[in-house]
Amino acid sequence: MFAYIVRRLLYAIPILIGVNLLTFYLFFVVNSPDDMARMHLGMKRVTPEAIEKWKASHGYDKPLLLNSEADALDKVTDTIFFEKSLKLFVFDFGYSDDGRDISFDIGQRMMPSLAIAIPSLIIGLMVNITFALLMAFFRGTYIDVSGVILCVVLMSISAMFYIIGGQFLLAKSFRLMPISGFDSGLDALKFIVLPVVIGVVSGIGSGARWYRTFFLEEAGKDYVRTARAKGLSESLVLFRHILRNALIPIVTGVVVLLPLLFMGSLLLESFFAIPGLGSYTIDAINNQDFAIVRVMVFLGSVLYIIGLILVDITYTIVDPRVRLT
Amino acid sequence: MMPVLLWTDALIFMLTAVVIIFVIYARSKPHLRTPWYRVFRGRIAAASVVVLLAFIVVGLLDSLHFRLQLEDNGNSDATHYSVAVLSVLDVMLGPVRTQVEKTYSAPFATHLFARETIEREDGTKLRAYPRLQYGGRHLPASGEGKGRDILQRSLLALVEALLAGTIILYATAALLGRRSGRSSRRMRQLIIARQTMLPWRTIIVTGTFILLLVFLAVNLASAFHVLGTDKVGQDVFYQTLKSIRTGLLIGTLTTLIMLPFAIFMGIVAGYARGWTDDVVQYIYTTLNSIPGVLLIAASILMLQVYIANHPEYFETTVERADIRLLFLCIILGITSWTGLCRLLRGEALKLREAEYIQAATSFGVAHGKIITRHILPNVMHVVLITVVLDFSGLVLAEAVLSYVGVGVDPTMNSWGNMINSARLEMAREPVVWWSLFSAFLFMFVLVLAANLFSDAVRDAFDPRTRER
Repeated sequence: MFAYIVRRLLYAIPILIGVNLLTFYLFFVVNSPDDMARMHLGMKRVTPEAIEKWKASHGYDKPLLLNSEADALDKVTDTIFFEKSLKLFVFDFGYSDDGRDISFDIGQRMMPSLAIAIPSLIIGLMVNITFALLMAFFRGTYIDVSGVILCVVLMSISAMFYIIGGQFLLAKSFRLMPISGFDSGLDALKFIVLPVVIGVVSGIGSGARWYRTFFLEEAGKDYVRTARAKGLSESLVLFRHILRNALIPIVTGVVVLLPLLFMGSLLLESFFAIPGLGSYTIDAINNQDFAIVRVMVFLGSVLYIIGLILVDITYTIVDPRVRLT
Repeated sequence: MMPVLLWTDALIFMLTAVVIIFVIYARSKPHLRTPWYRVFRGRIAAASVVVLLAFIVVGLLDSLHFRLQLEDNGNSDATHYSVAVLSVLDVMLGPVRTQVEKTYSAPFATHLFARETIEREDGTKLRAYPRLQYGGRHLPASGEGKGRDILQRSLLALVEALLAGTIILYATAALLGRRSGRSSRRMRQLIIARQTMLPWRTIIVTGTFILLLVFLAVNLASAFHVLGTDKVGQDVFYQTLKSIRTGLLIGTLTTLIMLPFAIFMGIVAGYARGWTDDVVQYIYTTLNSIPGVLLIAASILMLQVYIANHPEYFETTVERADIRLLFLCIILGITSWTGLCRLLRGEALKLREAEYIQAATSFGVAHGKIITRHILPNVMHVVLITVVLDFSGLVLAEAVLSYVGVGVDPTMNSWGNMINSARLEMAREPVVWWSLFSAFLFMFVLVLAANLFSDAVRDAFDPRTRER
């Protein structure tokens, strides 16, 4: 098991290098730092001096890969590639294009993101499983059929409509809670409720339908027939046998998402003005802050790979039939 | 008139041609025909196909672009063309496109939505809702008799639609009757009693309903702004219709672009195994590990920088928007091909152990031939299911990306841009709801139809669900 995890971690290194090279290529080779400077300073009538100054102040004035003017080791280290890309590996994120410490910002913004993401995940999971169980219990009847149709209808609505509609109905018309914003400590609770509710509702359609197929798949297996043949009641079969086995794919599907919860939800956070990492990313995209986008790309892939490793470990825990070699 | 062939137009027409050729080809092959019959036998699937076809027709009409010739000013011999690129749909909608009001007006309104100070002839000033320039122009200044006018026009549309529906019923019955050797009258009875192989009654009813909407639009949109106007007074109904093309393009071109890569890499990885497999797996894990939105954002930001620095390559704003749309499709394709590639790799791994492939190998059939002859046809159902399933997700993704600011060009009509602007409108008092509502309605119908259709396709083609 331990050896397996170590091997998986080693396997992650070439992937991260690949991500790093790709982002480097996208951000520095496809468009030169000159282009970026011009974009930031406004397109018209930019003097070459202004461009040079902008580049120097943001550390983009070095050569890309090889600094032939520096001595010895500095030939390699005093370059954009080393300064901007390789340092990501030791989680040295540097400064954003408007001069803020990215690591500090990320630390600050992680908690609000989690405050939304974790309740949405847990409540969403429970709601989806409940609905899916209901449909599986009444499978083949009108309840099941209309449930599936309802799921397809819910799935066909864009997440944007859930957010705008929810904000409009619950916050603006009924005035049940504030439209958007955030606060520290327990005061944050009233700001969290609406995004969580909307996050859960918008996920019901696809979630419940997807879980239903897991339940139905298990329901068709031999051990279920055996359980019924023994005379167990349908609800006992459902909860004791089907639910437990169907939870394996559900749990592993959730575990892969766990690390990515840190990244926050782009839509929810920016609509509800929650100072999390999701809105941080969106702001960076809108302000064309390349430094932050680059860091978030790297962070996202690190978290994704952690998620993949976690899934493999969870498999061995929840399903004794799986052995890692 | 100078025809303009945008990149996306060329691709969409190519795609249409391929689909038509495939349909003609599949009709003659029983093994291809049967699963499709299974798809269309379902009433829900048949109805959603009709709805999808209506969307596709609008999208195709909107893809025939041209530039009008400018009036000759006599200075030079060369003919000049307007920089505005129009489509056939623009011409068909004619007045709806050009009748621009001052600012917001509600659906079917005769007056502007906001009060303005009007100076009367005697010099006194008055705060009132000004009369619209075009909406309900034929009505008296007070807007009286609007309800009756709308009712009249709607009834006319209803009569027209019923007439058209009857004609369709007779024509279908005559055609089907001739093919099966029955009388046209007998065939009509069969259709109405729903005793035909394909659910013709559902198809005709859905078609008639769509025609009703078309006639309603024709009768009402020429006189009113049926879905209101937006901030700069543009007709929202026109914008929504124009957005259909954007949505369809994103949904189809993305998969079209990624398909060759995914099929080739997936099958080769699964078939060849060894280091090829490792390389392919490495590529898709790396691409997959980057959060999709961020990769798209990074690429689109880079494209923006590129377009801003090279304005000379793009003659019109439409061409610039088109390149951005195409690029968005490519990027979405790059982020979404990995799923299909992994599925195909798994299929190919399984298939290469199958007996008929082993037999082909031992006969000494070349690898390339085994892949094209034996493996490719046997994984096509996976490809088809993925393509159809991805479509609705991509249409929805467009809205989100446009909101994030990395979607289609802001000058382009798209549901994402409409929703984006609707955000501020919903905060107004009283609420301007019609932009959001129209985007919601059209998008919902398209995505719902696509979802229902894709379910039917999956059930018909997936061997696992078929047994159940």
